[in-house]
Amino acid sequence: MMTLVFEQALNGVQLGVLLFLLAAGLTLVFGIMNFVNLAHGSLYMVGAYFAATFIPWSGSFIVGALLALAATAAVGMALEVLIFRRLYHRDHMDQVLATFGLILFFNELVLMVWGPAGLSIAVPSWLVGQVNIIPGVPYPAYRLAVLVTGLAAAAFLYVLVSRTRTGMRIRAGASDQQMAQALGVDIKLLFTGIVGLGAALAALAGLLAAPLRSVYAGMGEDILVLAFVVVVIGGIGSIRGAFVAALGVGLIDTVGRAFLPRVLDALLSDQIADAVAPALSTTLIYLTMVVVLAIRPRGLFPAPGQ
Amino acid sequence: MTPTTPASRWAIALLIALAAAPVFSALAGQTFYVFLLSKMMILALAGVSLNWILGYGNMPSFGHAGFLGIGAYSVAIMSMRAAEAQGGWLATAFVQLPIATLAAAIAAIIIGAVSLRTRGVYFIMITLAFGQMLFSLGVALEPLGGDDGMTLPMYSTLGPADLSSGPVLYYVVLGLLVLALAGSHRLMQSPFGAVIRGAKSNETRLEALGVPTYRYRLAAFALAGAVCGLAGALLANQGGYVSPALAAWTHSAELVVIVLLGGAGTLFGPLFGALAVVGLEEILSQLTEHWRIIFGPILILVVLANRGGISGLFRARTNV
Repeated sequence: MMTLVFEQALNGVQLGVLLFLLAAGLTLVFGIMNFVNLAHGSLYMVGAYFAATFIPWSGSFIVGALLALAATAAVGMALEVLIFRRLYHRDHMDQVLATFGLILFFNELVLMVWGPAGLSIAVPSWLVGQVNIIPGVPYPAYRLAVLVTGLAAAAFLYVLVSRTRTGMRIRAGASDQQMAQALGVDIKLLFTGIVGLGAALAALAGLLAAPLRSVYAGMGEDILVLAFVVVVIGGIGSIRGAFVAALGVGLIDTVGRAFLPRVLDALLSDQIADAVAPALSTTLIYLTMVVVLAIRPRGLFPAPGQ
Repeated sequence: MTPTTPASRWAIALLIALAAAPVFSALAGQTFYVFLLSKMMILALAGVSLNWILGYGNMPSFGHAGFLGIGAYSVAIMSMRAAEAQGGWLATAFVQLPIATLAAAIAAIIIGAVSLRTRGVYFIMITLAFGQMLFSLGVALEPLGGDDGMTLPMYSTLGPADLSSGPVLYYVVLGLLVLALAGSHRLMQSPFGAVIRGAKSNETRLEALGVPTYRYRLAAFALAGAVCGLAGALLANQGGYVSPALAAWTHSAELVVIVLLGGAGTLFGPLFGALAVVGLEEILSQLTEHWRIIFGPILILVVLANRGGISGLFRARTNV
């Protein structure tokens, strides 16, 4: 039983880490440019498709993954230059409409380029198998690698934003665009770079998730809503909030699905428990979000100025 | 908007053409268009309801399709019971449509009561989450087909006929759409509408004047949910089928597209929007099965060139 709890908790953290990679880009772009990007899920999908193409082509998981990150970042930056920057000062609903158009475009594009069948990425040979994290508790090596990579990316992002000169410019751009510009920060370039960074993080999430799930058109929409839930619970614009909320949502979702049916079984009659458990465990994270927003309408860590 | 603007003249001409359409399509032997136009008008009805909160009020809901789902599933459940009893009072549209509407209204009151505590993007996101919650509920409802949904065991009956008949459904939908548009006009001219529109431009001032804006906004949200539930009940009969996809967030996004494309906060905007979306989808899918690759960029161009949707186009022309 303890082993199972431990394993499910790790799975929860791993989902949380993936959600954080997606949510970080969303919350950065929203917090700094005041831009709602529904097409962020498309970048997650495009990243996974690129990886599914580049990994077999290069023959190396690492090389293919790096190529996919760079290519997706380039797609993101092209979108910023062509479309996003014209929408920063527009109504949120206009942004939503335009980026919804992008979702339709990208879903159809991957169908045309890669076909309707969907792709898969194999777990790299050096990560096949199980490792004992603590003696007697085996855990798939690849899942552990996902967890470590995600945490490393989170640490990188933290250092980048709060400890480097670039990060200082990002924070300056977030708190006062005009003043930052007047002091010589190239805001346009900075914004393009932020979208590129967000796109690369989304692609990382997509390609890390690919061997565990599969690569298909529309894969971005399912997870995008979870990423938005994370961003909102954490407080829009707050990276720290996104991190805490992502781990929370990952844990609640995974552990809820695994254990809620048992808890309900113990508490209620079998018939009621069987009827309620699936509905409750799939809606648990939305309920969490509703409760958080009912108590704190601006999320757990509201970013100043939002 | 008064009924003499160019947009409203076009809209009234369109409604008259819609009233005559089944006769012509029957003469031409093209009954498919009756089916397609019924769907268009049902989406227009859902769009009209979304326009009350998204267009006139400052409530950009992104989970509106959830109410379509509630309406459609209400009909599905009642028609299952009615099929078991082989008819009876539960089978008639006069019972099914009001109950579907009421169910959506109750859900909208609960969802609105929580969501309206938030503002702006938080409101978009919390309504999105509620919509997704209803979607997952649909997926979890195994007795109703779960993920795949289910075929209606019987259609809502209407006297001797039922809503499986194309023309019957068509005129029921057209009648309800005209009622909703007339109601929309009256509503937004009323003191209630003034509060809803006023809360969009300056809620703080209204609060200072002693107007309980929260209650008004909640009432508008509930009304919009109710009418969208009615549209869902009609949609179940139009397709003869319900599935969780009705409530998916991408479907909510389509409703938002209909309202924004037509012109948010204009009386006939949702009608133009629904016609444009369903029409474009039909025309583009004749050209290529990958019609979304054209439709997506059209949406982006509309936003980039945006001056108030299709209704705005009429306005721009008269101003020249």
